[in-house]
Amino acid sequence: MANNQTARYNMREFLAYTGSNLLEDGKSVFVGTGLPMIAGMLAQKTHAPNLLIIFEAGGVGPILPELPISVGQALTCYRGIAATSMHDVMSSCQAGFIDYGFLGGAQVDKYGNINTTCIGDHDLPKARLPGSGGANDIASFAHKTIIIVGGQSKRTFVNKVDFLTTPGYLSGPGAREKAGLPSKTGPYRVITQLAVYGFDEKTSGMKLISLHPGVTIEEVRDNSSFDILIPNKYAVSLEPTDRDLEILRKDIDPTGMLIGK
Amino acid sequence: MEVLHEGLGELVGWHDPDENREFVLHNKSRALKDKTMTASEAVARFVKNGDFIASGGFGHIRVSMNIIYEIIRQHKHNLTMAGKTAVHDLDLLVGNGCVDKVEVAYSFGHEVRGLSPAGRRMVESGKCKVIGETSNAGYQWRFLAGMMGLPFIPSRNLLGTDTGKYSSCKVVTDPFSGKPINLIPAAYPDVAFIHVHRCDIYGNCQIDGIMVEDFELARCARKLIITTEEIIDNEIIRREPWRTNIPFYVVDAVIEQPYGSHPCEMHGKYFFDEEHMAEWLSLSKTDEGVRQYSDKYIFGVKDFDEYLEACGGLKKIAFLQKREAMRVPLVTPWRK
Repeated sequence: MANNQTARYNMREFLAYTGSNLLEDGKSVFVGTGLPMIAGMLAQKTHAPNLLIIFEAGGVGPILPELPISVGQALTCYRGIAATSMHDVMSSCQAGFIDYGFLGGAQVDKYGNINTTCIGDHDLPKARLPGSGGANDIASFAHKTIIIVGGQSKRTFVNKVDFLTTPGYLSGPGAREKAGLPSKTGPYRVITQLAVYGFDEKTSGMKLISLHPGVTIEEVRDNSSFDILIPNKYAVSLEPTDRDLEILRKDIDPTGMLIGK
Repeated sequence: MEVLHEGLGELVGWHDPDENREFVLHNKSRALKDKTMTASEAVARFVKNGDFIASGGFGHIRVSMNIIYEIIRQHKHNLTMAGKTAVHDLDLLVGNGCVDKVEVAYSFGHEVRGLSPAGRRMVESGKCKVIGETSNAGYQWRFLAGMMGLPFIPSRNLLGTDTGKYSSCKVVTDPFSGKPINLIPAAYPDVAFIHVHRCDIYGNCQIDGIMVEDFELARCARKLIITTEEIIDNEIIRREPWRTNIPFYVVDAVIEQPYGSHPCEMHGKYFFDEEHMAEWLSLSKTDEGVRQYSDKYIFGVKDFDEYLEACGGLKKIAFLQKREAMRVPLVTPWRK
């Protein structure tokens, strides 16, 4: 979002809201730590009360009363339908029960491949990051994967990820199937502070879906190392209502640990 | 079967299934024996320098922290650890020089609290080596293959990625579907430690809440140390046998340690100690800080009970219990 936008909400609130809009009632979502959890919670508290939220450590179908710090804490099965195991939920994911996978990413390329492992050389990295966690599994198995990249820039939207932790469309059309990944899976949307992107059916490359209010095409281009496909028609992203913001601030993250104050 | 790709990761903790059956035959007793001992005895007896170790729970959830502190107190070293979402446990062990090799699914981070200064410093300076990459399901299924007594288990994750390339997996053509399929090697950790809500003196355990990977890890580990919030009578186990998550014959040691997961969470009992986590995250920014932490909380106390006193004792525990029940608000002192 441009700085001259209304100060009604901050960037992280907007990212969480935009993420929640992509989730549908009556579907399942496998959420990673951080903003994806908030997006899932907001969806559950607004338009998708029957959203089945699943956590990788075994929490299934909770009605989340407060924001979890970890994808494994007791809250992840609070008023849930099951407290099971990683083997159970990961197997269900592999077998096709998960509609949406929802992840964060440090570095992303035009095919939606994600790096969360290291910056620089693997064996002696400039920066060591946590690694895949459940991300490789979720993006391999979910029917549709949504990725949040909080700070889109030339450093995060890269031509080649330093380490391909989590699969997008790999090297392009047909590459996932060729590698043996489940068919008809792959990244669906990428949400950044500037826009929402999808992927072109022919080239599997990233393309603009909607610009956030006040953001220009130039800003989108200037903040990416690769060419983003700009179609003739694209939308402007919806803005959160006051009610959405109140739920985010009062009910979901009252300490502001993820959405800030 | 044609091998299409072979991972570059070091294969740790793998044994030929027949060799492991021999190990089980001679080392895992099917006799009902009292296995209670102290953490100090269990670590001295079952954790050897150079071992491949795995810790139960998940991240900061239901971790056998009294065993972690005891490993540091006894200066165990050259350990290889399963980074199967190993976070605070691994951070302490790496920071204190006990673990110098990690196979990583998720490590060196504290989820929303931020990245781990100690773990990252050790890896970025080359003092701790990442010997392989995998994913959470990838690690989980290493344990599954192990508990099934199989050499590997097929899966459809890790394919096409650097995570797969740096793993110890192999990709072959599936003889049924004709598609490429990933083969995840079994893991049999030399020793694992799992914290549970309750168990009897023989090691029959009940865990409340999610199992994470502990059903499989308990059954594939060559030696298994159980720490428990409380010891219960065998009769209670037998009254509700469907609640037994881990049976006695896979268990080698039982240690009763109330609040033994502190500063990590115990589902339904007590919350993360965020103040303690903030202290560690701040101190562990330097090697000197790690020493200060360890002097205060590990070497400066004789056991876990004294450690709990140093962390604020009963007053702190009462707060963490209220927090777990959501009767007091969340505090996040690690926020900048």
